Amino acid sequence: MPSNPTPLAETEPVVEPVKNPEHVHAALTRTSSGNEDLRELESGLDSLQSDAERKHRVDWSRILLPVAALVVLVLVWQFYVSLGVKRRDLVPGPLDVVGQMGVLWGEGKLQEAMWTSLQRGLVGFLISVAIATPVGLLLAQVAPLRRAFGPLISGLQVLPSVAWVPAAIIWFGLTDATVYFVVFMGAIPSIINGLISGVDQIPPQFRRVGTVLGANRLQMALQVVLPAALPGYLGGLKQGWAFSWRSLMAAEIIAVGGTIGFGLGSLLDQGRALSDMTVVMSAILLILGVGILIELLVFAPIEKRLLRRRGLLAGSTR
Amino acid sequence: MPVVLENLGKRFGDGAPVLDDVNANIGKGEFVALLGASGCGKSTLLNIIAGLEAPSSGALEVPSDGAAFMFQDAALFPWLTARENIELALKLRGVGKAERRTKAQELLELVHLGAAGDKRPHELSGGMRQRVSLARSLAQDRQLLLMDEPFAALDAITRDLLHDELERIWKETGRTIVFVTHNVREAVRLGQRVLLLSSRPGRVVQEWAVTEEHRTDAGLAGQLTGVITARLREEIRRHAK
Repeated sequence: MPSNPTPLAETEPVVEPVKNPEHVHAALTRTSSGNEDLRELESGLDSLQSDAERKHRVDWSRILLPVAALVVLVLVWQFYVSLGVKRRDLVPGPLDVVGQMGVLWGEGKLQEAMWTSLQRGLVGFLISVAIATPVGLLLAQVAPLRRAFGPLISGLQVLPSVAWVPAAIIWFGLTDATVYFVVFMGAIPSIINGLISGVDQIPPQFRRVGTVLGANRLQMALQVVLPAALPGYLGGLKQGWAFSWRSLMAAEIIAVGGTIGFGLGSLLDQGRALSDMTVVMSAILLILGVGILIELLVFAPIEKRLLRRRGLLAGSTR
Repeated sequence: MPVVLENLGKRFGDGAPVLDDVNANIGKGEFVALLGASGCGKSTLLNIIAGLEAPSSGALEVPSDGAAFMFQDAALFPWLTARENIELALKLRGVGKAERRTKAQELLELVHLGAAGDKRPHELSGGMRQRVSLARSLAQDRQLLLMDEPFAALDAITRDLLHDELERIWKETGRTIVFVTHNVREAVRLGQRVLLLSSRPGRVVQEWAVTEEHRTDAGLAGQLTGVITARLREEIRRHAK
């Protein structure tokens, strides 16, 4: 039984002498008896505190709802056309457009235009990524560079890339170089901006951990900053793709002829020249369709996987 | 002596000094609890020892290879699994690929998480995350381990267990540990020595030795906790207007 020296009585009634050590707050002494006991306690606590894993099932509402929305829109379109408010050659119905697409497919024009545009869009986008990523990382990591070029890069993102088409035609003529140049000027700034804003949102703690773990500048950039900024970077890539695709269409619509191949934009321009609204509508729907497909098949799965792995998906409406 | 602090002072800009004339010696393999109220510069002192900040005056001696550091929040990288988090620490230390794998598994076993290596941080409980974080700081393989209130955000049951766990790992690995806390019970439970830091400016005002008897005799430990709490409150009361 410990005797009580009571020198603290006049300062604070802090502790009573303990009569009965077993009843004392456990935090003061060892609470487990040996390694095995500790292991068992911890594994019990671990299983209590971590969630049971849930299996992901196919959620049909994810597929059925968008399809239903599409069906409703097409029905509204058909209904409007059947009211006969406008002349049929100015506002063709869904069936006319589908029929025209069939004709274009039969002529092989549809496949050619799709393939040419997709190929250019993807190649242009990938080269943009390859250029924008190191530049963005450099700007995000080196303060003087960022201060010097940051406003310019943001400004370039605001400038519509169509504005580059006349310049590109004068410099490169009616060649593929013109198309790619316009795509780069559209995509590169938005990828850089996405990466920079992703880097800005990194919790400062991550860099401290990197420093403590002994990362040098390059390791910090590649092992800590880039993966930490990945959600923002992916946002930038998505936007970069959208800009590439839009710039490409703009370039194809404006710059026709020369050695420039026949893309969806060219198809659209041809429809305009022939005043054939079904061709114009077909081209517009194909351009939109490609955009939706790339989002659904490429970006959405990557983004979902990324967010789920980081535990950021809970409670979102995705 | 792995850590020697001599008349160490720190002030930010022209403000009042955060640390003033801090003196302490910490021996190899020692477990020192650095205790103080909020705002006493505990974390600043730890950052200085870790080399994350420079002192404004005085001298300090730390191991040439630096120190491992464990934060209050586990600060695990969310894009890596528990194992990959530990492997990254090994990689940044220059450990080869094959060895990283075995070493990471050993460290996971050491913190009793051998089966949870492939889980991501968000799938782990707070206590498990802190254990991965502990394993990661051990992966740095530094003699000196600095801990900045690592268990402050955990529930009491988990914290008690992690105290046992940390004591066991300390004994198994022979590390020198400086453990910052504002919890007197925690300081008495873990430290071989408790250093009390005053507030504004921070200075080591008193120290107590904690013996093996305190680890098993709750009465004795309770008494010491009382004494230290009284002294800490006296220090806090000094700042009353």
